[in-house]
Parts: sequence; C-alpha cells; structure tokens
Amino acid sequence: MRPSNFARRLLYWASVALGLVLAIVPLPDWLGAARPDFALLAVVYWILTSPRIAGLGYAWLAGLFLDVLCGMTLGQHALGFVLVAFLAHRSQLRMRMFPILHQAGAVMLLLATYHFLIFWTDGLTGHGYTGWNRWLPVLSGALLWPLIVAAGDSLTRRSR
Amino acid sequence: MVELSHDSRPIIGRGPPLGATFLTLALASIGLMVADVRYDQLGRVRELLSAGAYPVQVAVDLPFRAWHWLTGSFADRSRLRQENLELTARLRLANLQLQRFAALEDENRRLRDMRENSAGVADRVLVASILNVDLDPFRHRVLVDKGARDGAFKGQAVLDAEGIFGQVAQVHAETAEVILISDAEHAIPVQSNRSGLRTIAVGTGDSDRLSLPFVTVESDLKAGDLLISTGIGGVFPRGYPVAEVTRVDRTAAATFALVDARPTARLDRNREVLLVWFTPPASTDGPADGTTTQPAATGTTEPAADPAAETPQ
Repeated sequence: MRPSNFARRLLYWASVALGLVLAIVPLPDWLGAARPDFALLAVVYWILTSPRIAGLGYAWLAGLFLDVLCGMTLGQHALGFVLVAFLAHRSQLRMRMFPILHQAGAVMLLLATYHFLIFWTDGLTGHGYTGWNRWLPVLSGALLWPLIVAAGDSLTRRSR
Repeated sequence: MVELSHDSRPIIGRGPPLGATFLTLALASIGLMVADVRYDQLGRVRELLSAGAYPVQVAVDLPFRAWHWLTGSFADRSRLRQENLELTARLRLANLQLQRFAALEDENRRLRDMRENSAGVADRVLVASILNVDLDPFRHRVLVDKGARDGAFKGQAVLDAEGIFGQVAQVHAETAEVILISDAEHAIPVQSNRSGLRTIAVGTGDSDRLSLPFVTVESDLKAGDLLISTGIGGVFPRGYPVAEVTRVDRTAAATFALVDARPTARLDRNREVLLVWFTPPASTDGPADGTTTQPAATGTTEPAADPAAETPQ
C-alpha cells in the first residue's frame, strides 16, 4: 500500500528542514565556502522522483526559509530555488533516465544556474563577492549528488 | 505512462500550467527583493518569518552551547583556581585604573559640558551572546541572541571588552544580525589617538586586518598608533578603541599610503558582545551649535541611526 500524500509531504519537508539546518551548521573556514546546497539538492531530488507532489510552491517556500535563515535579501534564494525547480520539472522525464554520473552533470548545470543567479542578484543589491571560491558549492553539490540519490532511494524504496 | 507534454502532473486537477506558476513565484520573489532592498519595507514581515527561523538557529547552537557548558563544569579544580587567581589580579589592576578614570571622566565631562558637547558616551549596555551559526562564508556577520524584543535596533553599535566589534545590520524578534567591522562592506570613521588624524577604516574580509585607504603619504600616522572611534555619523560612541595600525607603506609616487590596522576587538573568537545605547553627539565636534544634549535616560531606545552613513553600499 502506498503511503498517503500527507506522509510524503511530511518526508519532503523534513528533508528540506534537515538541509536548512545543514546550511547554517558552523563549519571550519576552509570548508565553509564549499558547503553544498543541501536544501536545494533535496528539493531537486524530490522533484525528480515525484514531481506530482513536490511542486514549484514547495521549492519556493524552501528557498524563502533559507532567505529567512541566512537573510541577506529576502526573496533571493526563493527566486533561485524556483528557477532550478522549474528547470528540473521541465527536464525531469529526461533526467530520471540519465545514468547517475550523467545525472550529476545535469545537476551541476542546475547548481551553476542557481549560483549564477545568486551572484547576479548579489551584485544588483550591492553585496557582490567575486572570489573564485564562491563557485565551489557547484562542484561539491555535484559530487554529493550520487550520495543524495542513494540516501533518498533507500528512504523511499519501501514505499515504492 | 505516455506523456506528450513536459508537465507530468495528473491532467485532472493539475492546477495552473507550470510556466504560469513559475512566472508568478518568480515575480513574487523579485517583488520581495525590491521591497526589501529598495524600500526597506519588510521589517515586520522579517520579524514574523524569523520567528520560524529562531528554533532552527537555537537547535543548531544548542550542541555547541552544551559542550561549552560541559567543559566549563568539568574543568579541573587547579585550572579553575589558576584562572580565579589571574582574574582577581586583573580585577585589582582594573579597579585601580578605574579609580583614576572615574576622576578623569568627571573632569572630561565637565570640560565637554563647557563646550556643550557631552554626548557620545555609552549610557547603557546589554550583554548578548553569539549563536554558533554560519550565515555566509563570504561575509563577516554573526547572529546574537538579543533582538527587537530586547530593544535592539538597526544600526546599533556592538562592542566587546577590547573595542568596537560591529553594528546591528538586521533585527529579528529574538535575534539580531551583527555585521563586523572587518566585513568588506563595512567602514567606520576613526581617529588616531596620538596625532588626532581622522580617517576611515574599511573592512577587508579578513578578521585580522582593516584597511585605511584614505591616508595621504604626508599624514602623521605610524605603526603602533591606536585608532579610536570618532562618533561621527552617530552610529558608534566616540573614544572607543577600534584598531591598532600595523603597517604604513609610503611610496613617494603615490597619493595615498598603504595602511593596515589590526582590530582590537577579538572578532573571530568571542562569545559575548555588548549592545550599546548612547546619545549620538548633536554636532560632530564642529563649533558648538548651542544645543545641549543630555545623556539619555537609561532604558530608552534611540531611534535607529542610519547605517548607510557608515556603510557605503
């Protein structure tokens, strides 16, 4: 028997909450710059596995929570999340078929789009930081993707 | 299941098309950003939303706090004794100095009163502790556990025991974001304690270094000079140590000298900071304009000073 949509939604929000906690857990300085966007990866994963439940509104709210937590400009991460969610939704039929490494590459493109948007809005609001290491999360997120998929799959195997 | 469109939601009850949802939400985010940045209209909204963020931040901070508490309560006796002795010695020394300073402060206030400019000295402080939360790897901002509910306001000066720490950049209900003086977007007007030279210290993004970009090669400034706050701009109280000049590089061909300073506040390893209330000076050290400002009664909050005066965007 399939678990109810409510249980699923609960699981999706719990994983986003975990991602948000991981977004502000203190890390050593050298590692802090490369912190992957856990919440965004969780959102992308759930959109790829069950796009009927995890929609754009879900992604937008997750991004808004991240804005509130790390708060520079309200709406900045929300915009990034909703753009990535839209792209993931559009290509999810294809992306689900990709082998895992290929999929990680596609996720890297999504993350690059996201970070470019953040970089751009940062610049518009006058907080631009132009160092090379601001692009590190794109790489670390893509490297982490197989692990996210493995964790998510083992979490939902029973319910499929 | 064969589907021809990109939209894989069920056909019945799928709601508005994907593109329309995307457009609506994207416009909503852009609207939020504009309202936040251009018009600074979201104070209330932020406060409400941060009520949801607060438990998460506390949950992240909790293990660190517990560890701090544990190491504190299980410290061995000899170390505590040692620490106690050291503190007693320091307190005695500080008290001795304080006696001298009390007389000096009295005299200073009388002299200032004569010049009709007695404001700018901290009236009231509130101890706040820093939450162990990473906000942004590229900016020097920290979260403290005092917020609007305790009377903190945007643009409030934050000090630690050794000098000026930063200023409040964003107030939430229970917490406040403090931007450090070492943040690359922060600037603070300073004055050399020795020569009285006034200039601006700009953060570099490195917590051990401030930069003084507007010091001409002829200026009277040398390594070891203490830089204190001037009180100009009304954000920081005057006369508190900010940084110590570590390097002055003069090249004859250049207009400006390369000057670095090290903040006296311990920006990277501090758990407790002080939020400060004070009466901003009415006239910034210019000729007295005839208005006498009295020190504010303790317990009142000052109207938010404009942080834009101190932080160039």
